[in-house]
Amino acid sequence: MLEPQERGFGRDYSGSFKSSHMNPNLFRYIWQHTRQDQLKIISIILISLPFLFLSLDLPKLIVNGPIQGRNFTTPDATTRFLELKFVLPSWLGGAQLDLFDGFEMGRMGYLVALSMVFLLLVCINGLFKFYINTFKGRLGERMLRRLRYELVDRVLRFPVPHFKKVKPAEVATMVKDEVEPLGGFIGDSFVQPVFLFGQAATAMVFILVQSFWLGLIAASIVLIQAFLIPRLRQRLLVLGKQQQLTARDLAGRVGEVVDGIAEVRTNDATNYERADVANRLARIFFIRYELYQRKFFVKFLNNFLAQLTPFLFFLIGGYFAIRGTLDIGQLVAVIAAYKDLPGPIKELIDWDQQRQDVQIKYGQVCEQFSPAMLRDAALQAPEPGDVARIDREIQVKGLTVTDDTGARVLEPCDLTIAPGEWLAAVGEYNSGAEVTAEAMARLLVPSGGRIRIGDHDLESLPESMTGRRIAYVGPDTYMRNTTLRQSLLLGLMNHPRRANGNGDRHERYVYEAQASGNIELDIADDWIDYARAGVDDSGGLNRRILEILAIVELDDDVFEFGLRSSPDGVAGSQLETKMIEARLALAKKLAASGLSHLVERFDPTRYQSLATIGENLVFGAAIDASFQPERLSTNPLVLDILVQNELDQRLVEVGRKIAATVVELFADLPPDHPFFDRLSFVKPEELPAYKTMLGRIGNRPTEGIEAADKAMLLALALGYNEPRHRLNQLDDDITRRIVEARRSMIDRIGATNAKAVAIYEPEGYNVGSSLESNILFGRVALGIADAPARIRRAMRETLADLGLRDLVLETGLEFQAGPGGKRLTQAQRQKISLARALLKRPDFLIVNRGLSSLGARTQRTIIAAIRESARTQGAGSHFAVFWVLASPVLVDQFDRVAVFHEGHITATGAPAAVLSENDHLQRLVA
Amino acid sequence: MSIEDEVSVMRRIPLFAHITSQKLKLLAFASERILFEPGQFLFRQGDEGDAAYVVIDGEADVLVETAKGPISVARMERNAIVGEVAILCDVPRTASIKAITQLDTLRITKAQFLELLTEYPELSIEIMKILAQRLARTSLELSDARSRLQALGNASA
Repeated sequence: MLEPQERGFGRDYSGSFKSSHMNPNLFRYIWQHTRQDQLKIISIILISLPFLFLSLDLPKLIVNGPIQGRNFTTPDATTRFLELKFVLPSWLGGAQLDLFDGFEMGRMGYLVALSMVFLLLVCINGLFKFYINTFKGRLGERMLRRLRYELVDRVLRFPVPHFKKVKPAEVATMVKDEVEPLGGFIGDSFVQPVFLFGQAATAMVFILVQSFWLGLIAASIVLIQAFLIPRLRQRLLVLGKQQQLTARDLAGRVGEVVDGIAEVRTNDATNYERADVANRLARIFFIRYELYQRKFFVKFLNNFLAQLTPFLFFLIGGYFAIRGTLDIGQLVAVIAAYKDLPGPIKELIDWDQQRQDVQIKYGQVCEQFSPAMLRDAALQAPEPGDVARIDREIQVKGLTVTDDTGARVLEPCDLTIAPGEWLAAVGEYNSGAEVTAEAMARLLVPSGGRIRIGDHDLESLPESMTGRRIAYVGPDTYMRNTTLRQSLLLGLMNHPRRANGNGDRHERYVYEAQASGNIELDIADDWIDYARAGVDDSGGLNRRILEILAIVELDDDVFEFGLRSSPDGVAGSQLETKMIEARLALAKKLAASGLSHLVERFDPTRYQSLATIGENLVFGAAIDASFQPERLSTNPLVLDILVQNELDQRLVEVGRKIAATVVELFADLPPDHPFFDRLSFVKPEELPAYKTMLGRIGNRPTEGIEAADKAMLLALALGYNEPRHRLNQLDDDITRRIVEARRSMIDRIGATNAKAVAIYEPEGYNVGSSLESNILFGRVALGIADAPARIRRAMRETLADLGLRDLVLETGLEFQAGPGGKRLTQAQRQKISLARALLKRPDFLIVNRGLSSLGARTQRTIIAAIRESARTQGAGSHFAVFWVLASPVLVDQFDRVAVFHEGHITATGAPAAVLSENDHLQRLVA
Repeated sequence: MSIEDEVSVMRRIPLFAHITSQKLKLLAFASERILFEPGQFLFRQGDEGDAAYVVIDGEADVLVETAKGPISVARMERNAIVGEVAILCDVPRTASIKAITQLDTLRITKAQFLELLTEYPELSIEIMKILAQRLARTSLELSDARSRLQALGNASA
């Protein structure tokens, strides 16, 4: 394993990002970062140009030489191939320098030799192009990576209040989509014009050499193009900019609709939203339509001008050729060379337009990502080592805060918190306590005064210090869509701690990261800082997490998550054997306490009376969707097995009786009648369909029923559950057959698609079921009062007896919180946030109405548990607390109280004293 | 037990005497049969009322919480209906019901119960009778208790 230092951890990555403004000139930005690569690629292009020129010259040689027979006036005449000699111009003395005499060749041999050279040149030119294009692609992608990284880097450094003004979806679309064309352009930014210009100039020079006048014609048309087209394209750029803005707005708007869906739905505002989106789409449409119209007009004009030149060549060149002043070989060569002229010219013009376009886009993005007061990158520099403890007092001096409307929300206030002191802040909402907490957490920038920790100004401290030594728990906790465990560990993920395996991958990763100016820290490394949590290894960390879960009273919830989850990768793990153990223990316990009748256990040899017919057939948990209960009636395997076991007709009959009873009972009821609640397998709106079907079938025997009707009846039968629906449809014969069918079902599934269903096996763990279902391994009886609750109690006791509570809790920590933590309640999110704060053992804990969703009694026990835990952890684990309380009745848990009122601190002191003297606080308590 | 069996049990309950067979069948289908063990509570005083229970078999105690612990104020037997007060006038449960023997009940949810009452005026009258009888008995017991209190007061004076 490599030591962190060897891998370059702790190296200063932020080199080029020290400046607080992005270079608004795209070209300078590109040049700054890719100078070397650009120069390299340009020189390669320059080297490639002579080859290109040669390949243009060769057709003339071939046509004029071996084909037309110049120099081959007699059949056995020969010429020299690869003869290299330079004749100095006469004003330099006219000396001749013979380098190589070449080979003597006949007409046929010469043709073959020249053609081979032509083929060779094609290959060389192609390889050049291949290399240049790959190089450009990599260059562009690296710059794109750099740019995107830099944008996100800036987001991470935005001043916190700025986030009130940005829409997440807009930022995301800027980082993802709007810079995308820049990537394509960056590779071409310097190379393309040089390359194209070189190409065009080569062709142009060639034409000029062949025929001065034809060259002049070509040149003047090119000049017209170069003058006219960019002017016509001005409007295109304006439109492009508008399109970018409207598209970004659209992304922001869609994001708002998603986030605010509750408001939209509860206000019947969906159609307003539809109209709004339609309106935006219309704007985008008209912009784009105009873009197309103009684009294609420009294209038309461009093509026309490009074709005008050959027209003139044919006419004028032809005239000269007929007159004999221009040889046909030259004319052919000129026309062939011209083929290579409009392409580069057009692309040059395109390039110029693209340049302006991306410059505008880049400028726009830059502007959005350059708010004032961007946090200095140095304050967020990675810190591989340990940071100093906060063991001095925290002083708030003359702190004032104004909100974004300019109103003072905190008048100059002073406050001192001693190390280890617990200070409660009480007051109404917006009394000033909340902003004080936010300022201490560096979430807002004070408009006056300062916060000092010992001799340091809070604002000047690196985040590696404040982020590790200060913990903040706010009222709204945003959670990303990760497991609870990952959420809790966020505070320990400050820097990679241990390298993780694959060194080769890592080397390459770091190399590329450097090439693109990205951070070199590898996310694949192990980032968990055990020392920060005060533990030695992952086992210790697990124990600590469970302790903290108990402190914040989240353990029972996590336990439930664990029981209800179906974790992956259980096979062969400790969990598998333990769950089977718990299954046996629960059965024993139920038997011992006379509760066995409350559970009907899964028994492969018996009909499961508490399950539906379908569930009895497919005796397991569906993993493949085609074995879900509602899809069984169309599952080919199920149908096949029913026929084999002569159950199909029988079940259709069962379905028919169910349909008849249901129609008889419910036909006359209005669809919203409360009796429908218990009718699980037929929806009220489906009743008329069943009624018509029964009428259609009449007294027909089963065989005479249409296939579609049969399918409907079969679906009813498969959903039938005797104790629940009580229609007396099952007898010994039918249940015996179903159990037999089940057996062949299990065989067939095992043979064809074993992964589709997790079969219930008394000795085995069922991967398709939750832990709870695995332990219970059966169904809770119906119609016995309190049965589910009694079983649940017994199960929890069993798990506690077996010492499996921690194992289930650890499984529960793998629960996915959902986007924004939406699968958790607000109270659970607040508890997670507090637990995360405690896990990193801060020296200073700020809680800003952080448990506001909980009742005062729960808050009290949690606060007491935190104090108790800090006390028992011993010296060195004391931490100061600034807790903005939602309920002033809790102040007695703290060392000192500060009363906030309308932006002032009106009193501070010991809780008892302040409580008795401060009228305002008394009013709050009352 | 099938729906048919249940209907025949329900048919014997005086409260449902006027309800058509089909409606009874529907009620049996839509409601839940619940078995209570001796000592189990159907509900407790102060709970939210969400359903009424018809006692099909067994006996239950009606308990009222007092400062000195719960006291039994009445006993419910087969065919009695319990828990209807809380769902009729939206108040928390006024008493606790505890099974003495094994108690077989039919649980009728609030919505189902109210629907039945509006559909069958006869049922409403039956319920009214039951409530009136209880009121009469309660008034009698109240006046009895008052006079005994008075006697106690006189004796101590």
